[in-house]
Amino acid sequence: MAFYLLRRMVSAIAVMAMVGVFVFLLIRLAPGDPAVVLAGPSATEQMVANIREQLGLNDPLPIQFVHWMRDLLGGDFGTSIFSGRLVLDLLAQRLEPTLSLSLLTLALSVTVGVSFGILAAWRAGGLVDRLLLVFSAFGYSVPVFVIGYFLVYLLAIGTGWLPVQGYAPIGDGLSRWFVHLILPTVTLSVPYIAFVARIARASMLEVLTEDYMRTAAAKGASSYAMLFHHALKNAGVPILTVIGLSFAYLIGGVVLTETVYNIPGVGRLVVDAINNRDYPIIQSVLILTSGLYVLINLAVDLAYTLIDPRIRY
Amino acid sequence: MLMRVSSEERIIENFREDKTIDNDVLLDVRDLETHFFGEESVTRALGGVSFQVKKGETLGVVGESGCGKSVTALSIMRLLPKMSAKTVGGEVCFHGRNLLDLPEREMRKIRGNKIAMIFQDPMTSLNPVYTVGRQIAEAVEIHSGASRSDALSKAAEMLRLVRIADPERRVNNYPYEMSGGMRQRVMIAMALACSPELLIADEPTTALDVTIQAQILRLIVDLKKRTGTAVMFITHDLGVVAETCQRVIVMYAGRIVEQATVTDLFSRPVHPYTKALMRSVPDRRRGKEHRLPEIPGIVPSLREPIVGCSFAQRCPFATEVCREKSPVLEEYGADHAVACWHAKEVVSA
Repeated sequence: MAFYLLRRMVSAIAVMAMVGVFVFLLIRLAPGDPAVVLAGPSATEQMVANIREQLGLNDPLPIQFVHWMRDLLGGDFGTSIFSGRLVLDLLAQRLEPTLSLSLLTLALSVTVGVSFGILAAWRAGGLVDRLLLVFSAFGYSVPVFVIGYFLVYLLAIGTGWLPVQGYAPIGDGLSRWFVHLILPTVTLSVPYIAFVARIARASMLEVLTEDYMRTAAAKGASSYAMLFHHALKNAGVPILTVIGLSFAYLIGGVVLTETVYNIPGVGRLVVDAINNRDYPIIQSVLILTSGLYVLINLAVDLAYTLIDPRIRY
Repeated sequence: MLMRVSSEERIIENFREDKTIDNDVLLDVRDLETHFFGEESVTRALGGVSFQVKKGETLGVVGESGCGKSVTALSIMRLLPKMSAKTVGGEVCFHGRNLLDLPEREMRKIRGNKIAMIFQDPMTSLNPVYTVGRQIAEAVEIHSGASRSDALSKAAEMLRLVRIADPERRVNNYPYEMSGGMRQRVMIAMALACSPELLIADEPTTALDVTIQAQILRLIVDLKKRTGTAVMFITHDLGVVAETCQRVIVMYAGRIVEQATVTDLFSRPVHPYTKALMRSVPDRRRGKEHRLPEIPGIVPSLREPIVGCSFAQRCPFATEVCREKSPVLEEYGADHAVACWHAKEVVSA
């Protein structure tokens, strides 16, 4: 186990180093120049050149990369080219809305998705199963912003039940915070519910035909015990895998949802940073995201051992 | 050692207490008909099966694959796959109640409690993600309402009863940590945990090595003797029947063709199918060059209703009447019944 963890750490470092190189090059190969944006439309050639020199953008790429890495390893994520503020401070400000949205979405997707999938498998071919088929076709194919605007129109503008846009910090009261997050969470959850439910259904269906399910029935176990006790734990490994994957993909969905609902989260920060070619912000967010991704994967792999005693590292 | 004996005796006692009803018949199956529904066809897996299981006896059910042995067991337990199979006719009377009419809730109180079942493949019949102790304890918890810890100590007692060494430690094992023979012992422990009146054993030794087969058979016979539980022993192995059972039912193509005591069946089989089956058992005395006789023809398809005797196509004694009218199971001497129009001729042949 200790050896396994060590191996995973080493490979995590390798993965993140590769992500670092890739991110760094990708941003610099993309057209656009932060100096031009920063200098403004009326700036002269000379002003732009000065800014470039100041920001160190004239250094050869390998030198720039080494500088970035050196700072990063020292825990310094740099300063924003535009606001001049520390990237870490900017991120900290934006973390709460993004984390709130992500965790609520995860909770909703997992509970609704897994239950939906179990019920569909339990009565395969029945009403719930057909509903799931329609819902998942819808959830996969309709983009987040369409669902988002539709829900806003229906439940916020049309009826005034829920706020149209914006975010209320958790410090301003739990109910205000929650009410503002209902629509974004539901919007973002639709494709994940579809995804998780389909996988849950498929792995439950497979498990339900296993011999040990018949043994459980022969013991006199109730339908509830059969489904949630005997079957779910066996179907757990694939379900957990997609939940881990979903959470990682969530990071992409969050950007769109934050834009639709005008939530001042990390997603919006990144979009603005990309428009402004604010290299330090983009680089930091991407490298931190990849780190998170690696961590989630590791957590999921470790969680397998809790579900299935046959899995040992 | 003293402790050990007393706990085992207590388990054995539990079996005895319940046997208070004077009636001799424990389970009365009448005209059981079960169909499987395919995309375009209906398979008539059971075409009216009637038999009784008496208290404390071991009843063998023999026949080749697909003859309806397991379907009979699953129909009694109401464990058929819901989507594809249905018992469309007949009765299963147990303590004066027709199990087929019971609401699911009531049926659950019978499964694993009054009637328990063990299955063919111990490798896949245990849940891989729970310890064997917990799986045995579950049956106890469901039917006696015992606490988890009481149920677990009962599970350890049961493991001792089925001769698993070091049961206190073994309850914490997962199925993958056990051999096939041990897993089948666990299945038996689970089935007997609530002192059932009837144990249905569906080919419990088929998936095991020959040496283990003998051990498991001996265990079942021994436990049966000590507990007095009636056993319905499903097998395709006539040797197993001879060793374990008192009475036998011979099934063919979803029907019972002959029913007799073991000694009777082996000494004077009446139905042409039973006779053919006996001849195809290898016999050491007949030497290596002797070719085993086989039964000509194939089992009829159950997708079409069978008119007349189901064995008529393959039977050397078959006549017009066999192909037109289905023979009913009729008494042929004491404790012996056979479904054949030409029973007398077959016996004298």
